[in-house]
Amino acid sequence: MSETKKFMYLNRRPPYGTIYAWESLEVVLIGAAFEQDVSLAFLDDGVYQIMKGQDTGEVDMKNFSPTYSALGDYEVTKLYVEKESLEERGLSIDDLMHLTWEDEDEDWAEKDSIQVVTRAELAKLMDEQDVVFSF
Amino acid sequence: MSILHTVNKSPFEKSSMASAMAHAADGSAVLFYEDGVYAATKGTSLSDTVSSADGVKLYVLGPDLKARGVAEDRLIDGVQVVDYTGFVDLATEYDKVVAWV
Amino acid sequence: MPIEANGKTFETDEEGYLVNLSDWEPAIAEVMAAQDELELTDEHWEIINFLREYYDEYQIAPAVRVLTKAVGKKLGKDKGNSKYLYSLFPYGPGKQACRFAGLPKPTGCI
Repeated sequence: MSETKKFMYLNRRPPYGTIYAWESLEVVLIGAAFEQDVSLAFLDDGVYQIMKGQDTGEVDMKNFSPTYSALGDYEVTKLYVEKESLEERGLSIDDLMHLTWEDEDEDWAEKDSIQVVTRAELAKLMDEQDVVFSF
Repeated sequence: MSILHTVNKSPFEKSSMASAMAHAADGSAVLFYEDGVYAATKGTSLSDTVSSADGVKLYVLGPDLKARGVAEDRLIDGVQVVDYTGFVDLATEYDKVVAWV
Repeated sequence: MPIEANGKTFETDEEGYLVNLSDWEPAIAEVMAAQDELELTDEHWEIINFLREYYDEYQIAPAVRVLTKAVGKKLGKDKGNSKYLYSLFPYGPGKQACRFAGLPKPTGCI
């Protein structure tokens, strides 16, 4: 594979009611092996996927929210969260997990992965992609 | 006849919550579970639909709230948290259950 | 095919991975290693334990390149390279070490 393509994964569903969120995460982790330019967008109910404090102990389901913290290890460092989607749900960035990646080129300096973007900005980002996957 | 309405879909994705609230008469109750629990949170663009219900008791399933990281202080005023046993109790307490799936 | 260890029987999938992560005990790794004609040393255990900690924290078995990088960071560059890891786990540090550690097949393992 010679040229790098820009891939964006759109996450629009809440985490546990359907399998979409976990499927998306698995595809991202598998796809990360191809060393493309990967970003994730969380919009609509997808913002609920990265809410902090998830505890599935009483519902007999796997809590996969810790896996989002591994994305940095997989060199997936761009997580866009749509501002309007947060606001419509009464949420702010403080309600989300603090997701980071470590920059090997800067002596493993810890950097934020999440960027809050407006709907218009996200539309523009989508426009810049080669491929957009929707979950 | 009193009815327990149940809602298990996100209010932002499906019309289940809106329909349930529209059909919930005085003396009935609405229980939110699974992705329906998001409808019981305050400060959202849809909170008013739930909080303005008069004479309707509101319940939410605790384990589903916890799974999703929704703290109880986020709930609309008056919403009561129940566990699985509480869910069963409600189902027997009301004359019938209408599931807005 | 089930695996016998410590006088008990443990269920595995068709590729030999433990079905229930919580069933794992060190004896299982010993038996699996013996089946692969491998003797586990402290160096092997360092990686197996590392994988179990990784799973505990992130709920996934890391892909081999992720494992390599993470080992390099935690245990030093002399260990965080595929030559070293393959010398310990000739069938692949991702697949073989994860199997010994009782984890599922690595996510992103193709």
